[in-house]
Amino acid sequence: MKIARVIGTTISTIKDPKIKGSKLLIMRETDQSGEFIGKPYVAVDLVDAGVNDLVLTGHGSSARQTYQTKECPVDAVVIAVIDHLEVDGEVVFRKS
Amino acid sequence: MLIAKVIGTTISTIKDPQLVGRKLLIVRQTDETGTTYGKPYVAVDTLDAGVGDLVLTAHGSGGRQTAITRNSPVDAVIMAVIDHLEVAGEVVYRKE
Repeated sequence: MKIARVIGTTISTIKDPKIKGSKLLIMRETDQSGEFIGKPYVAVDLVDAGVNDLVLTGHGSSARQTYQTKECPVDAVVIAVIDHLEVDGEVVFRKS
Repeated sequence: MLIAKVIGTTISTIKDPQLVGRKLLIVRQTDETGTTYGKPYVAVDTLDAGVGDLVLTAHGSGGRQTAITRNSPVDAVIMAVIDHLEVAGEVVYRKE
């Protein structure tokens, strides 16, 4: 899984029938303290995450192991909203 | 999934039988505002996307979860055409 921050949303009318009704959020990977690294990607939201939330995303075929995404043409899914991150015994991120 | 812009089409006569009749579009990844970067790649179009459209592409085995690409030798599929992108509460891209 990757730690990522929700930075936006995508809206599309024309899409594969299997993902009708899915919320597609724009994410950017972060390091262990919540600082952005890398380029944006899009993930299906299953946990009602919001913009600015720090989340965990599952990738590849693992992203289709949920009830909502089974056999859907998706490769990334938001599986958890992070409350806080602890590194070396210190809390480096806390959800505000 | 990645946000990408359709930049062209590929035409080929000699190809795997399962690809006959499939539209193969050349796409290039974009950031969250629709600005292209990186190398181009090719994705199967299942939604009749056109050159200039911003789309979402699913990769790996996720690319074979649509009715059109099931059991085909492909690893990327266009599964949504983007209407608009919203980042930090502002619309940063809108389809013309």
